[in-house]
Amino acid sequence: MNTKKIISLCVSAVLSMSLLAGCGGTTNSDSTSTSTSASASNATYALVAKDVQNPYMKKIYEGFEKSCKEIGVTPLYKGPESATPEKQIEIINQLVAQKVAGIAVAANDADALQPALKEAMNAGISVVSLDSAVNAQSRQIHVQQADPEKIGRSLIQAACEMVHGEGGIAILSATAQATNQNLWIEWMQKELKENPTKYAKTPLIKIAYGDDDPTKSTSETQALLTNPDVKIIIAPTTVGMLAAGKVLQDKKSSVLLTGLGLPSEMSSFIEDGTCPWMYLWNPVDIGYLTGYTMNSIIKGDIKGTKGDTFTAGTLGEKAVTDAAGGGTEVMLGEPFKFDSKNIAEWKAVY
Amino acid sequence: MNNLILKKMFSYNIREISLILVIIVISIFVQFRSGGNFFTAENISDLCTETAILAILAVGMMMVIITAGIDLSIGAIMALAGMIGTTILKGNKGINPLFIILIAIVIGTICGMLNGISVSKLKILPIIATLGMMNIFRGVTYLVSKGNWVLQNDMSSSFLDLATGKALGINNLVVIALVVYVIGYIFLKYTRTGRKIYAVGNSEESATVSGIKTERTLLIAYTIMGAIAGFAGILYVCKFGAAQGETAVGYEMNVIAACVLGGVSINGGTGRVQGVLLGALLLGLLNNAMPLINISVFWQEAIRGLIILLSVMCNALIQRNVEMKALRRRNI
Amino acid sequence: MAKQVIQADGTRIIENERTFSWKRFIFQWEWMLVLMLVIVTIVNISASSNFANPTNIMNAMRDFLDKAIVVFPMALVIMLGEIDISVASTMALSSVVMGMAYQAGVPMSGAIVIALLVGAACGFVNGIILAKFPELSSMIVTLATQIVFRGIASILLKTDSVGGFPAWYNNFGWGKFGPFPIILIFTVIEALFFVYLLHYTKFGRRTYAMGNSITVSKFSGIKTNKIKVIIFTMTGLLAAVAAVFLASKMGSVRPDVAKGYELDIIAMVVLGGVSSAGGKGNILGCILSILVIGFLRYGLGLVNVTSQIIMIIVGALLIIAVAIPNLKSSFGQSKWFKNLCNNVKKC
Repeated sequence: MNTKKIISLCVSAVLSMSLLAGCGGTTNSDSTSTSTSASASNATYALVAKDVQNPYMKKIYEGFEKSCKEIGVTPLYKGPESATPEKQIEIINQLVAQKVAGIAVAANDADALQPALKEAMNAGISVVSLDSAVNAQSRQIHVQQADPEKIGRSLIQAACEMVHGEGGIAILSATAQATNQNLWIEWMQKELKENPTKYAKTPLIKIAYGDDDPTKSTSETQALLTNPDVKIIIAPTTVGMLAAGKVLQDKKSSVLLTGLGLPSEMSSFIEDGTCPWMYLWNPVDIGYLTGYTMNSIIKGDIKGTKGDTFTAGTLGEKAVTDAAGGGTEVMLGEPFKFDSKNIAEWKAVY
Repeated sequence: MNNLILKKMFSYNIREISLILVIIVISIFVQFRSGGNFFTAENISDLCTETAILAILAVGMMMVIITAGIDLSIGAIMALAGMIGTTILKGNKGINPLFIILIAIVIGTICGMLNGISVSKLKILPIIATLGMMNIFRGVTYLVSKGNWVLQNDMSSSFLDLATGKALGINNLVVIALVVYVIGYIFLKYTRTGRKIYAVGNSEESATVSGIKTERTLLIAYTIMGAIAGFAGILYVCKFGAAQGETAVGYEMNVIAACVLGGVSINGGTGRVQGVLLGALLLGLLNNAMPLINISVFWQEAIRGLIILLSVMCNALIQRNVEMKALRRRNI
Repeated sequence: MAKQVIQADGTRIIENERTFSWKRFIFQWEWMLVLMLVIVTIVNISASSNFANPTNIMNAMRDFLDKAIVVFPMALVIMLGEIDISVASTMALSSVVMGMAYQAGVPMSGAIVIALLVGAACGFVNGIILAKFPELSSMIVTLATQIVFRGIASILLKTDSVGGFPAWYNNFGWGKFGPFPIILIFTVIEALFFVYLLHYTKFGRRTYAMGNSITVSKFSGIKTNKIKVIIFTMTGLLAAVAAVFLASKMGSVRPDVAKGYELDIIAMVVLGGVSSAGGKGNILGCILSILVIGFLRYGLGLVNVTSQIIMIIVGALLIIAVAIPNLKSSFGQSKWFKNLCNNVKKC
């Protein structure tokens, strides 16, 4: 019994020693390769999505890939299977170990990624955020799709118009910690509070979280519908829009829907009136802009301070401005309205 | 011998009666608190539809648990069958939906057989075998999906109607569940294989010694579970209109809870179809009732867990009581 | 089985010590694990030049070691023949309470102590219920407490998160003492403690005995209830420790952290050779299996193998690893193998 234990312990110890000794020998070659990988043309730009299967995120990657090919670097698409910040931290750590040149992340939580991203920046990797921001200390710059204030206010105004000023509003959001979701909901609540007379008969009844998961979004929508006061659902997430649309269509419900949806997914709901109109922007463009933004920072063209300008491929000149929560950002443009008049044209684009 | 059978029947009945009582009490409470929103035709219909899939799975899980085993992989089997079925549907929207269901059942059966072989031939403990298989099935699900969700735009309307359609005025899913229960009841009570499942669960050694082919019986139990899981999986993705790699993660725990509430002992050998039906109903009732009485979402999980815990503890106390009484009766 | 020699007059002599036999040694579970670890290392080194970097390895350890903390007490639980699927929820609850305490003004070190107490309390609840209701299986009890604990965490924090912990705390999960991450040092100390506990104390021997047959242990005078409660409380306490590290890594606490951790932890324990029928297994196996699974994930992630393929590999590993001893016992019985061994011995 004792002999066996001692032998096995010794062998394991010897094995681990040799492993570490072997590692020590390779450090020298590694340090030389670090300096060359950043400037070499086979640098890798990585995009970390909120959730690797989300169709909206995939469209963003389409644009990202396009810009990386134009620049001449290798794009990489990574993301967790379910929208949690823990898995994003693991992925960021793996990317740091792979020594990528830049990381672009759509965050599931504004603060949780800070330690991991700080380490990435210390290792010389450039960090930008897109779609859903991380806090100002974790990034060099944020790529913003459209003004969050405009988005929040327009959605509430649209909802009020659709129910002709009377009816309860329910919000079907994504995950509870997602930065962009919370920012938009904040502006929605501000709009409601600042105009009490206008929205007297359209109160906010409930906020439900579908976690950007089609199944959960469906069951949350069904739960919202059990409340007879709810007359319109705002879903500022493409996954939520699709799920809610189907539930409403199936039940032939009189409840209406608006929010941020992909025209390719929502065309049937706009055509049959379940969703009178909705907003979004071009996700391919966001990815495209992100690629060029990251490239400009890595090359040193801009430093991420206010007032910098750079050219973003076919999107033209872009300027860096102050971001609302601190730090700086680059703005893509305005939110775009999709309704029955233009949906046929847009559903093939994205 | 008579006493033993009587005691078992008695304890079965006590448990089921107490379950019925709990269901009735909760129903009345909810009806009262929600201002009459509970006993509406629409709500009861919603309740049954929501519980149907859980109930179908519980019948299969019951067979596995009776053999003193467990199957943690049913969530993954559901996802795999659903994903493969809908991926085929995506490419060929004109296919008869029944054909898709058949494919799903076949996939589920194969998965169940793999589980069964691991447990019976390779003699791996069920919890480990099904844990490993769960990882494998789920990984394969993601691979099949190629990282894409299958959403309702990809499914034909004839397929989606399966879950929302009605037969004889009752939702399809409820009818299917009832049929499965009747078949399950007949199978377990009146066929030889059904009785063999109980025998193997009670004592594997005695069963082997009496000439029952325990390996084959175990294989059959897990295969049936797999087939049911495949069937339930395709119904699940049909109902929600979405097949993802993440479908039904953690669902197996709900099913196990329904079985245990219904009186199936984890150590094997006991359990009745009626009890399992009541257990599934109770869980479905909790899910349906709590939003109606405006219990905050955040309290719902804790209350659900608490009710499961209290039910199981009460059951144990009642069981102890019954056995004490039987013991005292014998001593006199 | 101990060797028995039947003498001429019909009496039996049973040896009172197992003599060392090479056959039994080579077929040890732990050797399989060492072999797996070597294979994993070779595959990883050849797949990516970034693997053998010591900083990267230390960083990789940070990612899987928080699960490893709970693996050791879970091994004891499984050795008892029980199971505890509520550990992830215990992690969530203890870190949530810690966050709330800190927000309420309790100094950070106090909040950490509160987290540990909450974790221990959760484990204690599990243990007491199982002790008082021996007819209930641990599967269903811990399943229920899993739901309840996470539910309580949800009630407390709803959908918020608490962050803004002091800098020294955030350094905990990421920090290093020399070249070694703090979490690695803690895990090594914990592993040594468990080796001592399991193999060199009466407590450990009694745990094995209970795993083998709880009725026999009870009648032999072992206080089974007390040992059960102690082991479950330890599990809860160490889950809280893991939660403290996890919260420090993320810089915030939320009610839905650590979802799904329990199955990974159980997989690590089972791969380490601990039999959930009870009574078998040792800590060395667990250490090796943690390294195997951890480095496998890390190495494959480095070359961007999708995590789904990693899932399949881990699942297959689990099944193959458990199936082989079952096959080997029939293999070892076969006649030609016995002849081979006899011939080797004669040489």
